[in-house]
Amino acid sequence: MLIALLVMSALALLLGAVLGFSAIKFRVEGNPLVDKIDAVLPQTQCGQCGYPGCKPYATAIAAGEADINCCPPGGEEGIRKLADLLGVEFKPFGADTAGPKPKSVAFIDESTCIGCTLCIQACPVDAIVGAAKQMHTIVAAECTGCELCVPPCPVDCISMAVIADNISTWKWQYPVFPLRAVPAASQTTANI
Amino acid sequence: MRTLYHFHGGVHPPTHKSQSVQTPIAQAGLPTRLLVPLHQHVGNSAKPSVQVGERVLKGQIFGMPEGSVSSAVHAPTSGIISAIDMQVVAHPSGLPDLCVTLIPDGRDEWIKREPLDYRSVSPGDLRQLLRFAGVVGLGGAVFPSDLKLRGGKHKITTLVINGAECEPYITCDDMLMRERADEIVRGAEMMRYILAADEVLIGIEDNKPEAIAAMRAAVIANRLASMEIVPVPTIYPGGGAKQLIRVLTGIEVAAGVRSTDMGVQCFNVATAYSAYRAIAHGEPLISRIVTVTGNVQRPQNFEVLIGMPVHELVALAQPGSDTNGHIMGGPMMGVTLPSDRVTVTKATNCIIESSPALFPPPRQPLPCIRCTRCAEVCPAELQPQELYWFARARDFGKAQEYHLFDCIECGACSYVCPSSIPLVQYYRFAKSEIWANEREKEAANLARERHEYRELRIERDKQEKAEKLAQKEIAALAAKAAAPAAQPPAQTAPAQPAVGDPNAGDTAQQMINAAIARAKEQAAAVKAKNTEALTPQQQAEIAEIEARRAKLRAMSHPDAESPQE
Amino acid sequence: MFSPFITQASSVRAIMFQVLLALLPAIAVYVWYYGPAILVSITLASITALATEAAMLRLRRRPIAPFLSDNSALLTAWLLALSIPPLAPWWLVVVGTLFAISVSKHLYGGLGSNPFNPAMIGYAVLIISFPVQMTHWITPHGLGQLELSVMEQLRYIFAGQLPAGATLDAVTMATPLDTLKTQLHLGHAVSDILGMPIYGHLAGHGGEMVALAYVLGGAYLLANRIITWHLPLAFLAALFITAGIFHLADPAHYVSPVFHWFSGAAMLGAFFILTDPVTSPTTIRGKFIFAAGAGFLTYIIRVFGGFPDGIAFATLLMNICVPLIDAYTQPPVFGKKAEGKNDSASGKKDMQ
Repeated sequence: MLIALLVMSALALLLGAVLGFSAIKFRVEGNPLVDKIDAVLPQTQCGQCGYPGCKPYATAIAAGEADINCCPPGGEEGIRKLADLLGVEFKPFGADTAGPKPKSVAFIDESTCIGCTLCIQACPVDAIVGAAKQMHTIVAAECTGCELCVPPCPVDCISMAVIADNISTWKWQYPVFPLRAVPAASQTTANI
Repeated sequence: MRTLYHFHGGVHPPTHKSQSVQTPIAQAGLPTRLLVPLHQHVGNSAKPSVQVGERVLKGQIFGMPEGSVSSAVHAPTSGIISAIDMQVVAHPSGLPDLCVTLIPDGRDEWIKREPLDYRSVSPGDLRQLLRFAGVVGLGGAVFPSDLKLRGGKHKITTLVINGAECEPYITCDDMLMRERADEIVRGAEMMRYILAADEVLIGIEDNKPEAIAAMRAAVIANRLASMEIVPVPTIYPGGGAKQLIRVLTGIEVAAGVRSTDMGVQCFNVATAYSAYRAIAHGEPLISRIVTVTGNVQRPQNFEVLIGMPVHELVALAQPGSDTNGHIMGGPMMGVTLPSDRVTVTKATNCIIESSPALFPPPRQPLPCIRCTRCAEVCPAELQPQELYWFARARDFGKAQEYHLFDCIECGACSYVCPSSIPLVQYYRFAKSEIWANEREKEAANLARERHEYRELRIERDKQEKAEKLAQKEIAALAAKAAAPAAQPPAQTAPAQPAVGDPNAGDTAQQMINAAIARAKEQAAAVKAKNTEALTPQQQAEIAEIEARRAKLRAMSHPDAESPQE
Repeated sequence: MFSPFITQASSVRAIMFQVLLALLPAIAVYVWYYGPAILVSITLASITALATEAAMLRLRRRPIAPFLSDNSALLTAWLLALSIPPLAPWWLVVVGTLFAISVSKHLYGGLGSNPFNPAMIGYAVLIISFPVQMTHWITPHGLGQLELSVMEQLRYIFAGQLPAGATLDAVTMATPLDTLKTQLHLGHAVSDILGMPIYGHLAGHGGEMVALAYVLGGAYLLANRIITWHLPLAFLAALFITAGIFHLADPAHYVSPVFHWFSGAAMLGAFFILTDPVTSPTTIRGKFIFAAGAGFLTYIIRVFGGFPDGIAFATLLMNICVPLIDAYTQPPVFGKKAEGKNDSASGKKDMQ
């Protein structure tokens, strides 16, 4: 009886020590989950989720404060990835969330721009160049299409241009061969 | 007799080559209009270096190579440039790309050509010459040849010249070897010189005895001791660069590995011919041999200027009335052209006019029964049935684990599939999705980096401001202490715009409003003033600038890799 | 349209049809030795299979014509009919086929998606549910026993009536494998048992000839590249080696490997059951492991198990392992043979 007790307590102590040691030794700095979620988010920094950027949204998701279906630029694919990562069910976009839009890039009409720098202050990724009373222009390669620069512009000279497919970004389509469906169930086209 | 090696798999589709080798290569002549795409090669698009309305001479550079992976594009004949704009090009997407339209003046006037003795020029200069002569791989891959002629980590022992031409219907290399063997072997010798390779092996499939004989004669005539013509067994895809290198040398060049790092390099016979023309005659790559076959009365090979519209070319071979499409390339790897208004590019080795009788519509695909016939014929030794499964389920990570990117898209798997599954199409889909994902990932990383830097900067600015403010307060306190009885502190405020001051806000708002009004006036004025009474020259310039802007706008981010390689 | 624009003239239908053709010699020999009852059960199974297939396709909202004409349901029906006693009540073959097509094929996703061999699932269900009916094998022709005429066989199959004076025991017998097991239990030596009239030159009288006909059919399939040699060879080799070791150790209790080859469904299994592409591994190494495992298990079940034959259970057990076998036997690809497995990791671009 005594031996059993001793053995069990010794075991408990030993395992406790191992756990304690590994907690110190393999300590993880920061919250790795936040980074993992942040890696899935599209980094448009558009704030459509209600948070001031992708990282804050990731932090909120990790803390369980935000839902996974609040990121329109990520699309349903993004929700699916988040669901996979967090081990939760897929959720479609809520009724109050705007659905995903085609990827676009901001464009400044340079003849109308008055050089007020308001858009430069709004841009989350510093993709607008210009100075006070100088014409501004968008660095298209760095623009995330977040639209944050559109409302501040006092002369409405910023428009969003949808990025069209070009030969370098064109994608082969998923091969779809609808089988002739059974008349009774013509609404389902099964592709095999 | 040389020992040949064997590669796994392969198929024996009916060749249909005999009909287009009955007559010698004919000149396709001058079309009414030449439409030359500036992006005809792997890598960056060439940058236009001519103006609309300019008269150019045959062989003059249209587009300069931009960046390390790029190549030049030239005027195929002399004439006037009528447009530089986006036009639908010979690409399965049917999307437009930047093209130069040239109206030939019929004089076919050459630029000054400078023939060179390659032995008197350094390999580096020769590579540069090929880059500006627009010489790219003419077997279909259109990779800039000058880059492939750079040595690797190891010494190049073997230069393989590819005359296998394994795809059905295509005979352009066969005819070129029969008729211009001398130039090909001289070009190959120049390539050997640039690479400093020990030997040159020219692999030709044994169903082309005339080409083998002509090439052998040319090697003997040029007294090239280090060059050998090697007949290889006829099997598809024995003309794939990796497969031919394997057959001739036993070396397997894995996907993503540069063959020069394994001591071997491979060029198509037509590329060797073009390199010869560029070096020995100073003629840039402005034409190529194209097989026109399929549903035509007179299947034949033509020497075609780059930029010739496809419909004018096929008209020379008299297409049948039931033609229902145009295939660029062979029936195994070719692509359907969006229309016959597109033009011949450096990648166009063959145009097959299709008809329902020649290429019946694909059968209804059935489920995969895992019969593994695809695996038996796969030259890359993949498990196509597994890749199909993953691609279909969009499980791209798993597809890459099963070596999706080792697939050369030869089509042998689809060819044998008893369930008629468009396997290659699934792999193309998966590959382009993965590329797109990677582009998105890169864009996201860039955005994250820039956003984080911005946050950091804002934070730093705030801190600096706070520090300055603190210092000022300290200074003010010190001043107060120094001058005990002075004015009330409120009067020092107007020097800096106080947040709480309603007047300051008002003036700022007024200023902005004034600016807005000015801008609106300006916008109206600008439109009224200088869009009328323009010379055609100016209009063309504006159009060009607009086109360039539109293109810039269309390209959200630069792409290092194009999915069509 | 996408490239390739040309295809070889091969189809699932043609492949399945050739397998059906390859079964014909065995069916002919079967009829010669056991009477036309087998034709009845094949017909019954075929009709049931096609009807079930059509009904399931309709339920699953799949087009009926292309799948019904792919001959795969027919092949399942024929293989099942050939595995169960021909002189069985009509409902036995109907129930077996029904289960094979509906549950083990369509509930798993239809053609190409079934993890288990449908015919063997049908067989397993029957032998577990109706063990008595599954052991009534007709005594082969030439043993001087009472033989039923065509009408008498039909009457028994459909109405369960035997001619006056005949008993079921008089017209049926246990299989040679079963008899062997029973006699060994009774303490007889192998050499004595094989002297019984039901045994022929290689194995059971009649059965050995059917097995030879299966080999003939298998040779036809091999010659036409419908199947590859890996599966039959590995299976037969494993069965031979396992049986050989026991036989060498104790010839009085363990019968020769040749007997095992030509008795029961060994040859049917080797050339027609294991070679079902849907339920066998796709890699060459995997095929060897799969078939060798099935050969070994067949012997173990035959000699130490309670069932008359081991093919069905050995096949099903190995079917379970197929995804695992495939995953662990992926061959190296072109140009990446020397570098080994590390390469796949480094070649893989980071997806995260």
